[in-house]
Parts: sequence; C-alpha cells; structure tokens
Amino acid sequence: MATRKSTAKSNVSADELLGYYRDMLLIRRFEEKAGQLYGMGLIGGFCHLYIGQEAVVVGLEAAAKEGDKRVTSYRDHGHMLACGMDPKGVMAELTGREGGYSKGKGGSMHMFSKEKHFYGGHGIVGAQVPLGAGLAFSDMYKENDNVTFAYFGDGAANQGQVYETYNMAMLWSLPVIFVIENNKYAMGTSVQRATKSPSLWERGAAYGIAGEEVDGMDVLAVKAAGEKAVAHCRARKGPYILEIMTYRYRGHSMSDPAKYRTRDEVQKMREERDAIEHVRELLLQGKHASEEDLKAVDKEIKGIVNDAAEFAKESPEPAVDELWTDIYAAEVPQNA
Amino acid sequence: MATEILMPALSPTMEEGTLAKWLVKEGDTVSAGDILAEIETDKATMEFEAVDEGTIGKIMVSEGSEGVKVNTPIAVLVEEGEDVPADTQAEAPAKAEPDTAPAAAPAQATAPAPAAPKTDTSPDWPDGTETRKQTVRESLRDAMAEEMRRTQEVFVMGEEVAEYEGAYKITQGLLDEFGAKRVIDTPITEHGFAGIGVGAAFGGLRPIVEFMTFNFAMQAIDQILNSAAKTLYMSGGQMGCPIVFRGPNGAAARVGAQHSQCYAAWYSAIPGLKVVMPYSASDAKGLLKQAIRDPNPVIFLENEILYGKSFDVPVLDDFTIPFGKARIERAGDDVTIVSFGIGMTYALEAAERLAADGINAEVINLRTIRPMDTDTILASVMKTNRLVTVEEGYPQSSVGNFITSVVMENAFDHLDAPVINLCGKDVPMPYAANLEKLALVTTDEVVEAAHKVTYR
Ligand SMILES: Cc1ncc(C[n+]2csc(CCOP(=O)(O)OP(=O)(O)O)c2C)c(N)n1
Ligand SMILES: [Mg+2]
Repeated sequence: MATRKSTAKSNVSADELLGYYRDMLLIRRFEEKAGQLYGMGLIGGFCHLYIGQEAVVVGLEAAAKEGDKRVTSYRDHGHMLACGMDPKGVMAELTGREGGYSKGKGGSMHMFSKEKHFYGGHGIVGAQVPLGAGLAFSDMYKENDNVTFAYFGDGAANQGQVYETYNMAMLWSLPVIFVIENNKYAMGTSVQRATKSPSLWERGAAYGIAGEEVDGMDVLAVKAAGEKAVAHCRARKGPYILEIMTYRYRGHSMSDPAKYRTRDEVQKMREERDAIEHVRELLLQGKHASEEDLKAVDKEIKGIVNDAAEFAKESPEPAVDELWTDIYAAEVPQNA
Repeated sequence: MATEILMPALSPTMEEGTLAKWLVKEGDTVSAGDILAEIETDKATMEFEAVDEGTIGKIMVSEGSEGVKVNTPIAVLVEEGEDVPADTQAEAPAKAEPDTAPAAAPAQATAPAPAAPKTDTSPDWPDGTETRKQTVRESLRDAMAEEMRRTQEVFVMGEEVAEYEGAYKITQGLLDEFGAKRVIDTPITEHGFAGIGVGAAFGGLRPIVEFMTFNFAMQAIDQILNSAAKTLYMSGGQMGCPIVFRGPNGAAARVGAQHSQCYAAWYSAIPGLKVVMPYSASDAKGLLKQAIRDPNPVIFLENEILYGKSFDVPVLDDFTIPFGKARIERAGDDVTIVSFGIGMTYALEAAERLAADGINAEVINLRTIRPMDTDTILASVMKTNRLVTVEEGYPQSSVGNFITSVVMENAFDHLDAPVINLCGKDVPMPYAANLEKLALVTTDEVVEAAHKVTYR
C-alpha cells in the first residue's frame, strides 16, 4: 500500500506545459466571467467558482485517456472545461438558456456530457462518490480498462456513504480513483473543525485502499500522481485515493460572508502558491515561452470566454414546452 | 473605456442591499480580485471584488446607502489617464426606505363586514397585546433562544449553526449566548447527526437539529422515520423522542432540481411525526416554541423566501401556538382557500384580487399539517361550499389530495363544485428562470381556480 506523499513529477514537453497553462487560464477567466454575470443577475441560484483549484482537474485530465469517466459535485465548471466540454454550452447553462448543456434545465450545479464522459454535476454533498464507483463497476463489468475519477470535497469526505463505497470498491477491485479536493474548507468549516483524522486519504487504509497526498497547486505533481493512480486502476489493483491539497480563492458560493478565514490567508495563497503563476514561471524561466507567447495565450482565452458569455446572453430561454419534457425516457419498444 | 460597476446580486434571493462601506476611494487603482466594498444583505455582510483592473473614476452611491437595487451603477471604473464620462451622475442615494412590510397579512384590517359572524379571525394573542414588526428569521432565532433559556436540555446542532451563525443566519447570536456546548457545529454527515440527535433525545435531551435545507434531510430520512417516529410505539409507550428537525424547505430561487423540493406531504404521511409549516413571523415564533416543548418528533418546515419578511409578533413573555389549530387569516363566504407556509402568500394575494371581483374568499392558514385542523376546514367548506387548496409540493399524493378526501367523506353534500388542488407542477424543478416560474404555483392560478369553483 502506498503511503508516501507524492514528489515524483512528470517529464513534460514545452508544448504540454503551455497546454496546461492555457487550460488552467481558461478555467480561471471563465470563472471570473461567471462571477461577473452572476453579479449582473444573468446567473441565478447557487454558483460555486473553481478559482484557485485549476491545477487539480488539468493535472488529472492529463493522465486520462479516451473513455475514462468523471463525476463531481456542484463545483463543476472546471471539470467540464478540463475534459473538453464547450465553454459556450457551459456558460449558457449557467444563464439558464436553450444552448446550455442541459437546455437550461440543470443550471450551474447540474450539467452532463455523454460525449465527454462527464456524469455531472451533483448537488447533494457526497452523493457522487458511490455514483463514481458505479461508473467504474460498469467498466469492470464490460471488461474494458477505463477508469473513473470520482471527485469530492474535504467536507464530503465525512459523509457515511463515502465509506460504504470504499468498502465495496476495494472488495470488488473497482477501477475508481477517489479524488479528494481538499481546499481546506467546507463552506465555513475548516477541515480541522470537522475531523480529528490527521489526513483524509489515510482513512482508505482501513479498507485496504492505497492512496497518497498530492500538492494540488503544482499541476505537474498532480499529473504524476494521476498517472500512478490510473496505472494502478487499469492494472485492476483496485481503487486508489488521491487527496489533493488545494485552495479556493473565492467564497463557497456567491453568497458567502467569508468570516471564517482572514483576507491575509487568501492573499498569501494567491501570491505564493498560485498554480497558474507557477507554470507561467516554469515556462518563462525554462525559456519555453516568451512574454509575447503568453500574452497571445491570454488574448486567445479572453476571446473564448467573451464569446462564451456572448453566446450565453444571446441564446434564448428554453421553450416553455421544455418544462414537460425529459421526465421519463421513451417507452419500452413493443416486441423488444 | 469607462465601465460602470453595478450593485451585485450576492445571493439567490437578493434584490437590494446596503452599501455598507467603500474600501476604495476615487482615484485608487484596482486590479481584479481587489475588495472594493462591503455590501450588506439581509443575511450577511459580504465583500465585493473588482472584476477588471482600472482606476476608480467616480463613486456614485455613497457608503451607508440602504436599499440599493441590484444592478444600479455604484461606481465608474476608468482606464489609466481617462476621464469620467460626463453623463454618469451620482444617483440620489436610495435612503433607508422604512420597512414597508409587503401587503402580507391584511386579514384583520380588511375583513369584509358581512362575513359570517362565527368565523374567528382574531389573532393568537389577547386583545390589546402590544406587537412589533419582526422578520420570520428573527422570530425563529428568538423562539430557540427563549426555549434554551428556559431549559438546559435544549440544544441546537447542525451544519454551520455555531460559528457561521447558520447558513441562512437563523442561529445568529446563539453561540455567543449559549456557548459551544449547546450550539454545535457538525461535519456534513446528516444521517449520522440526525441519528445522534435521536439518541440524545432517547437519553433525555431536547435536540433541535437544523438541516441546512430539507433537501439534505433525505440523507437522514431513515433515522427520522424509523428511529424518531416509531420508537414510542415500538416501546409500548416507554420511550419517546422529543426532537425538532428544522430548516428551510421548498423552492428558494433558481437553485435547481436537487435543492427545490417541498416535503410537507412526505412527512405528513408518517404516524408518529408532527409536521409544522409556519407562514408568518408570529406563526414561526409560537409554533417553534411549541415544537421544542412537544414530547414528539416534530418536522418544522421553514421557507427561505419568507425568512426576510416582516410581520406583527406579540410582545409577550411566553407566546406559543398549539398544534392542530389553523388560523383563518381572512373571512369570506364565497370560497374557501386552504394553504400553508409560502402558499399563503399566493392565497392572500389572490383573496385580495378576488375581493375586487366581488368574490369573498375565506383563507385558512393550516400551520400544522399533522395534526391537521380538519374541523376548521370543514366548517368553512360547509359555509362556502367550495374549496381550493394551494401548496408548492408535487400534485400526486399532495396535502391537498388528503384534504379533499376528508371533505368528500365529511361534507360531500355541501360541495357545489369539484375541489381544486393547486400544486407545484409535476416536474423536477427546472433552473431556467422562465421555466421555474411556470413550475411554481402562482397567484394567478389561485384566482383562476376560485373563479372556476364559484362559476363566476
Ligand atoms: C447532503 C448535503 N448537505 C449539505 C449541503 C450544503 N452544502 C453544499 S456544499 C457544502 C460544503 C461542502 O464542502 P466540500 O465537500 O469541502 O466541497 P467544496 O465546496 O469545498 O468544494 C455544504 C455543506 C449539501 N449540498 N448536501
Ligand atoms: Mg472543501
């Protein structure tokens, strides 16, 4: 059973590194725009931004292959962008329009893409964890070598169904990677105020599940740990736990008075540990890219995000008939 | 290019707020992520960040301004060296509008004179009692605080109830007054802490378990039904479970399918549970105090949209409302409208409009769904001969369906029209603004139903 903190780093090419920079920046700018649209009243309800955590999904997607599945919580915009879903469709779902991934019926917390093997977007804390194991069960059953990434928060890690799932996942050797995105807080409750466990990934040991802690502000460390976990699962050695240490810069959702941490704490993280800044430095110091190259990337991303916002504003509201569709799937065919 | 900074919406239900404090002044340069101002909503004070970089060219709404509507320009951001466009004038700050409570409970004042003499629309407190305006949020908090002062056995637990003072600020101030022994933050483990609450009640305490919303109580519903509701019976009356499970229930605004469900009908199906759904602040106060004293498990269903609404609450040392007693909020003899919780908002608005059409509706606020005051409903139906029920839950197996069956069995001959049960639509709650409106029950639908059953 692995018990070390991961230090191995992937060897990546300059192109790959630039790609991670781009993917992380897309998430950040997308989320900033979403925050803006929320303030304007174009997005309603709950809207949980992923700013600060970008390296987690970008690093893990770099370790995935076609057919691998992912499922997560309501803090899902980053996961969708990282697995290649269209920013326009995501943003239009945020504004509740016809062009959104769920035709406007799901909203920020509930989007899906069969094509990209993205299984949601779930609002009930912890509920996606057994779902992820079930997706892995389907791959095992079909005897292919795909794996599932089941993402959940440090707060979700205290839900009972997580441990019921751990037990069965190990019992049946399910190819599922439990990704704990430890951003230090569940709403206003810090990890230390929710548990006396010294670490969350180590709880897997009680079920015989291997795992490790990963620096989530370093996309290369995440990618390396992801590759290891993926290899473990594809080799049918059972599930794997990655506790990825990360940080959310913004409030829990748009309505968070943020009295549970100091402004300094947030500022320090942003200044000293920012995952995007880190890759930017690697690119510049290693002379893999020039300031001009990065400016061009910034500009490209800005364009994509603005187009997405424009699309999300222009796309019409769903037709009123949509209220009554999609409640049941089509009937069983006669004489099937 | 100069851009206007607009008053942001900082929560799903926010329409206006107070610009409490500017943290920047004109001429300051800001970059994305800098805190510009502190904005107060009815729930909390929040920081508002810059989205773009630039220089604060002009502050248009001064600090301390209350009632600033979402999307009002509050400042102008200019690029370096640029002037403030001449046409951006400072808004006259929308000064503290007095708290004009929405035309919510017009019953007493406007009850039509010719109403049947026996209909009792008097309030729940003695004549001449002083009242004051209070929000539902404040009266829920006061109810808990008063009962906690009365009895050491009462404690509160749930997610974010202590240090955060409640996700919806219902437990504000409780940690300060009662300390961490009696106001307890839990991890996100509903099934576990609901069970711990039930066990503590078996052990002689009187827990108030807050669910952040009742949607999350589905994680815990086994403990609520199988452990809390049935133990008195299974133990042959030896061991009861005095516990209150409370929290917001039903739709808020735009929070989607998994966060917008009404559980009134669900819990009201269960023998052993009592089910309460307050409408006004006085309901909330009197019924919650009663719930905490009740020796049985009580499901107390609140509503996020009602939290910020103000109503008259009696100034009394000890104000409780007995369970199983509906309140006639408005007397009338043409049609009976029965509702509860936020449904009352539509029922009362509809009654107002119907009065203008010459139809006098009698509006009954059920308050407790189990036990249900069927006597008051039947007496009213025998007078009006027509019945419309209004609720937010799903139509199949609704509370209205149950009321209809009671009326059929006991007052069939008095009905002059088929009963209409108005409910939320038979679909999961959609997110899109236009579809969400269609999914909810509306005042228009109540008005239309009343016309239909009165054939005019
Ligand atoms: C079962 C359940 N309980 C409570 C909530 C309310 N809630 C939403 S998010 C959240 C905090 C979750 O924190 P964490 O798992 O750390 O994820 P993060 O938000 O940090 O990504 C809570 C309490 C919920 N959605 N579902
Ligand atoms: Mg967290």
